[in-house]
Amino acid sequence: MTVISTARQRAQKELLLPARPRHSLTAEAWYRLIRNRAAVFGMIIVAFFLFMAAFAHVLAPENPLQLNSGKGFLPPPWAGEINDIRGDPQFFFGTDTLGRDVASRIIYGARVSMVVGFVPTGIILLVGTIVGMLAGYYGGRIDSLLMRLTDVIYAFPDLLFFIIVMVALRDTFLGKLLNGLFLLFFALAIVNWVGVARVMRGQVLSLKQKEFVEAARCIGAKDSRIMFRHILPNTLGPLIVMGAFSVPAVIIAEAILGYLGLGLRPATDPNAFFITSWGSLLLEGQTAIHAQPFMLLAPALCVAVVVLGFNFLGDGLRDAFDPRLSGTQ
Amino acid sequence: MFTYIVRRVLWLVPVMLLVSLVTFILMKNTPGGPWDRDLTARQVDATTQAMLNKFYGLDKPLWRQYVAYVVGDFDSDGKLVCGLLCGNLGPSYRMRGLSIQEILFNPPEGKPLWDSRFGFSARLGLLALGMAIFVGIPVGVIAALKQNSLVDYLSLFITTVGISIPNFVMAIFLIIIFASWLHLVTVITNDWSEFRSWILPALVLGFTTTAYTARLTRSAMLEVIRQDYVRTARAKGLEERAVITRHMLKNALIPVVTILGPALAGLVVGSFIIETMFGFPGIGRAYVTSIFQRDYSMIMGTTLVYALMVAVANLSVDVIYVFLDPRIRLTE
Repeated sequence: MTVISTARQRAQKELLLPARPRHSLTAEAWYRLIRNRAAVFGMIIVAFFLFMAAFAHVLAPENPLQLNSGKGFLPPPWAGEINDIRGDPQFFFGTDTLGRDVASRIIYGARVSMVVGFVPTGIILLVGTIVGMLAGYYGGRIDSLLMRLTDVIYAFPDLLFFIIVMVALRDTFLGKLLNGLFLLFFALAIVNWVGVARVMRGQVLSLKQKEFVEAARCIGAKDSRIMFRHILPNTLGPLIVMGAFSVPAVIIAEAILGYLGLGLRPATDPNAFFITSWGSLLLEGQTAIHAQPFMLLAPALCVAVVVLGFNFLGDGLRDAFDPRLSGTQ
Repeated sequence: MFTYIVRRVLWLVPVMLLVSLVTFILMKNTPGGPWDRDLTARQVDATTQAMLNKFYGLDKPLWRQYVAYVVGDFDSDGKLVCGLLCGNLGPSYRMRGLSIQEILFNPPEGKPLWDSRFGFSARLGLLALGMAIFVGIPVGVIAALKQNSLVDYLSLFITTVGISIPNFVMAIFLIIIFASWLHLVTVITNDWSEFRSWILPALVLGFTTTAYTARLTRSAMLEVIRQDYVRTARAKGLEERAVITRHMLKNALIPVVTILGPALAGLVVGSFIIETMFGFPGIGRAYVTSIFQRDYSMIMGTTLVYALMVAVANLSVDVIYVFLDPRIRLTE
């Protein structure tokens, strides 16, 4: 019996072989992606900052918490004289109020921004996928509940919500976990999963009508298998694209919260993994706009470049997964 | 169509109530209260605080406070004061004797209506929206008409950068360059009657939307340019300007118009960080200040005003869409 069925399976496989494309969809998307100049440029930027974040402790020329008394507000050495002060070649972007090296602080700040960009995005994608999948697949009450919930969350201005959550829970146990990073993840993720769930629901709604799902059901596949082995791989494209656009949005939100003084708590332990964030650096820099503009300019430039990189990558991914959309928007 | 609109408008009521409930719960969990002062300032003593709490009804159980806020409550004379349902956003805890709706919507004594906080924010939002319409659309049209030319590439590059750079980062660059280095404008001005003060905030606020509008117009135009009816219009000898304005633009603008609603909502909501940075006397800054001052009713009031604007903008888009493109049917 088993011999017959495996033999039949093999025969079926051979029969299907020529009909298959030579490469998988993902491989073709990847091929299109690396031929897209802007996307490759974006990838390089993202890789650069990821590298910076991972090896901040090696790359940073100075200790980011080291105070240098009498060396506060030094301009960058290459900027010439600003306010009659000459920079010290030791500090590439100059120093802040307390004489800490701005360049090193920015390198460490990349760590927080990258983690803050990726972790909430991961949560958003995971929760959004599961909820959207269930709502789209089963329909009925879960579905209408989800749609009503999205109506409410869409009406809530998201940045205002982040601010209220951060202020309300900052001094609780939750807000003190991981220097406040945990709360930041939570606040950023709790609103945004809804968008993913909505897109996912739409995808599932159209996919579950397709023949391959019907075929899977005919051979007796369970619901969970159909959802995660048959439907999910087909929604991977939009999910990856949404992820690529979610990361910069979250990085911007963190920077705004940090700028308002609601982001990461300042670390005092020099061995801490997360020392400071770009948002907090912007807040510090804002007080010294005339004295040391590079305290503000340098982190602002970093935020802009990272976001630009992710947007290029996201555009490229969208075109790669769905060539029909190429050039629109 | 009519029933659809009515249903959507009615649906706004529970949405707003839920928004207010979430805000209320979060607010009440916030450490500190409206009577706390800076550590350096003179503190409000305990008996006064108790009296204030009693006066504003903050000593009552939480559910009672929420009901009082939404439905209304009896004041000391036993008269019913209507709550949120009548549009009453409650008294401010910081500016005694004024209600939130007076602070937000009433102009200072003897000034025209647009000098209220809401008026200021609305004017800034409209300026930015005007920039998106009168700069973004022409740029998109020109780029599409001269596809793959230098102008096209240049505009594509600028708009891509414009979409990517977050507006508060842009604000930082512009403040440092134009105010700190070139001294063309004051860094933080107090004189908002001068048009010069408005340039930077409006530019910063409108840039992303302008870039987005330009890109959308360009891609919509490119789609339309190759349509048969455009060729027909040319073939019957219509002059180029008429072809562009009457045949191409009219169809290409449908997707553009639909984003302008959410864009306006985004401009209004996104403005609060810009308002804070430029010291702009609008609703956004009032919101940020009220958060740090724990001015409960102000937080609630501004959040509700914002939420209502976002909801109305989204609704108006869905309705406009149907009028613009008769092929779309509202099913839900």
